[in-house]
Order: sequence, then structure tokens, then C-alpha cells
Amino acid sequence: MKPEDFDLIAGIVKSKSGLVLGKDKTYLVTSRLTPVARKHKLADLSALVSALRLRREGELVHDVVEAMTTNETSFFRDLKPFDAFRDVVLPYMVSSRQKQKKLRIWCAACSTGQEPYSLAILLREQGGALANWRFDIVATDLNGAVLERARSGRYTQFEVQRGMPAKLLVKYFRKVDNDWQLNPEIRSAVTFREQNLLGNIGAVGRFDVIFCRNVLIYFDPSTKERVIKSLEGVLEEDGALFLGGAESTVGIRSNLKPVKNVRGCYARADNFVTQFAPAIPQRVLNSRALV
Amino acid sequence: MRTCLVVDDSKVVRTVAQRIVRELDFETRESINGLEALESCRKSMPDVVLLDWNMPVMNGIEFLRELRTSPGGERPKVIFCTTETDAKCIEEAITAGADEYVMKPFDTEIIRGKFAQVGLL
Ligand SMILES: C[S@@+](CC[C@H](N)C(=O)[O-])C[C@H]1O[C@@H](n2cnc3c(N)ncnc32)[C@H](O)[C@@H]1O
Repeated sequence: MKPEDFDLIAGIVKSKSGLVLGKDKTYLVTSRLTPVARKHKLADLSALVSALRLRREGELVHDVVEAMTTNETSFFRDLKPFDAFRDVVLPYMVSSRQKQKKLRIWCAACSTGQEPYSLAILLREQGGALANWRFDIVATDLNGAVLERARSGRYTQFEVQRGMPAKLLVKYFRKVDNDWQLNPEIRSAVTFREQNLLGNIGAVGRFDVIFCRNVLIYFDPSTKERVIKSLEGVLEEDGALFLGGAESTVGIRSNLKPVKNVRGCYARADNFVTQFAPAIPQRVLNSRALV
Repeated sequence: MRTCLVVDDSKVVRTVAQRIVRELDFETRESINGLEALESCRKSMPDVVLLDWNMPVMNGIEFLRELRTSPGGERPKVIFCTTETDAKCIEEAITAGADEYVMKPFDTEIIRGKFAQVGLL
């Protein structure tokens, strides 16, 4: 691939999604965009690049950006953030929202849905105490194809084994051929919507808790800062933000600071979650059992 | 170092499973059926058992029921590792006292994840 062709593609992908394609990603661009070229009846990648030079909008651009996203995910990914959500953030939210009995959660780069469904199951597992609560889980991604898969709630054996405890698998899934499909109750607990993090995210509403994990790592510092700023804008005053294991707000001008003792969790420095978290016994924070 | 007992009548599976488990910093032992595994456990309880279902002499479920009623037999984590993939089998295994359930084929990531879920990592 010619360097100027790579630069053109990388430029389009970055401006549309924020994803940075390093020069070492030529093989990735080739392998992922060859099927896109075929789909659009273009002879090869240079024909695809010529088409992109003519028109910077439309379905081809959309498909190119989608193809360059990395959608790697798993149920209860990294475990700890889900423990922290259950043992620190949820108890705080429940005690502070007794009147409304309502919690709004946003998974801001949900890929094929494992993250929001893990949360839906985790909440369902809390049982009686939260029975008359309303949980809105909104899950968004830039990539329409992964959202389609997410809505189906259908996963391969390989996918369910990555993270879904056996007890929860038999409780919430049904075997369909060689796959496993989530039951309608859990599926209907999550609303999926296409949303670009660089777009107008105010449209998705305000949230008590935001999960935005393993997407900022693909952005450059200024895009990261811009996204964190907009997440901050839709996060309730005392809300909590979860980032991925390799992500943080360090070096970014933001009011969201790491919550003490709770890795991956960020909140405004003076808020309740921040004051509340250190009071949780370490024993609880270290417990790993999901069920 | 903690110990993992791998119980499977297939030598290939025992070899692959032990390689993975060693990577996770466990010492390994192996048994070729449930009865041998039970004797091995009664001598010295491992920290975790990776357990096949279908084996001659004594199968995985029978082994597990015996293990859980043996002195100290409630302590090891037991992770089934089998080609049985029906929800019914998984339920039966859990009722018999299994902590986790892996459907073959598996890889390092899946085993690592299950070890983490049952609190071994
Ligand atoms: C690696 S996945 C992370 C999935 C999940 N949050 C997790 O941690 O397992 C990253 C997702 O971010 C999405 N993504 C990339 N750029 C985006 C953008 N600008 N707006 C919204 N989603 C984006 C990709 O489509 C992909 O599905």
C-alpha cells in the first residue's frame, strides 16, 4: 500500500472516529479493507482509495471506519470493575436515590454487548432488595454491525466461556444450536443505539454511572480529553465513570479523579462516591466471587 | 506452590491442560479416571481439580459426589472440563458440587478466566 493511500485512510478514520492508526498498522488496513472494497464492487484497495478521494461522506466512508474498529470484549471483562460497581458504586447509588428508585447507566463503547449484559445480569442477581427499582441501561457504539449482534443476544460457546460464570450461563441463557442466547428479560433490560463518542452525546441523556472502557486507548491525547469532557458533561454531579485497565484521566484536564481504592473508577473529587469508597472494607473490594 | 489435579482419560488433553495450568503457576498431577483421582485426593487434597466427564471406571460426576463427601473434600475448587455442552449437564455438575464448567475445546484464556472467577488467581 502506498504511504499516501495509508495516510488518506488513517486521516479519514481519525477524523470520523478518533481512532489512531499507527504506521505499523498497514497489514491491518489491508486485511480489513479488502472485504470492504469487494462489498462496494471496487477492484482493489487503490480503487477504494480513489473512491474515497472523490467522496468523503456516505456509505463507503462509514464502512471503512466500521471495519477499522477493534471490537474485542468479553463478559465481566477484568472482573474487578464489576465487583467495584456492585460493592461500592451500587450501594452508594441505592442509598442516595431511595426516593427516585431509578438508576441510569451508559455503556459508551459497548461493542457486541457483553459489558451492558453483564451489568444487567449483575443487577438482576441483586434480587429482592432492588426489585422495585428501575434500571435504564443504554449501550452505544459507533459500529452498527456490532450493535446488530448485541441486540440478538446470541453468543458462541467460545464467547460465553470468556467470562460468563457457569451458574449464570444456565440461569440466563438458552442453548440454540451451538450458540447461547440470552433470555428476553435480560435482553430487554438494555437499549442499544448507534452513537459516535465524537458526536453530540448530549442526545443520550444524563447518567449516574458511565462505563467507557477500552476505547480511549485508541485515541490521541486531545481526542481523549475531548471525549472525557463530554462524558463529564452528561455524568450526574455524584456519578461514577469506569475506564479500562490501561486508561486514566491522568494528564487530562478534567474534574474526574481516580476514586481511592477503586481501580478504574473516576468521580468528581468532592463527591459522595469518593468519600464513600474508602469506608468500604478492603475485604469486600478484594472479593472476586461474582455469585 | 498450589496444586492442580488434571483428570482425563485422554493423554493429549491431560498434556495440554497441564501445560496451561503450569503457566498459571500451579504444580500439576494427573489421573486417568475418577477412581484414581479419588485415591490421589485422599492422599493429598489439591487446590483445584480439572475434571473430565466421560471416563471409564468412575466418571467425573461420580468422582465429584464422592469427593465432596470425603474428609477435606469440600476444599478443592472443581472445574469440569468436558465435551458435554447441554445446559442440563452444566446444572447437574453444579448441583453435584462443581465450582465452574468449561466446554471443550478450551484455551489458556478460558482456563485463566475460570481460575480467576473461582478466586484462584
Ligand atoms: C475494544 S471495544 C471495547 C468494548 C467494551 N467496552 C469492553 O471494554 O470490553 C471498543 C469499541 O469502541 C468502539 N468505538 C471506537 N471508536 C468509537 C467512537 N468514536 N464512538 C463510539 N464507539 C467507538 C468500537 O466500535 C468498539 O466496539
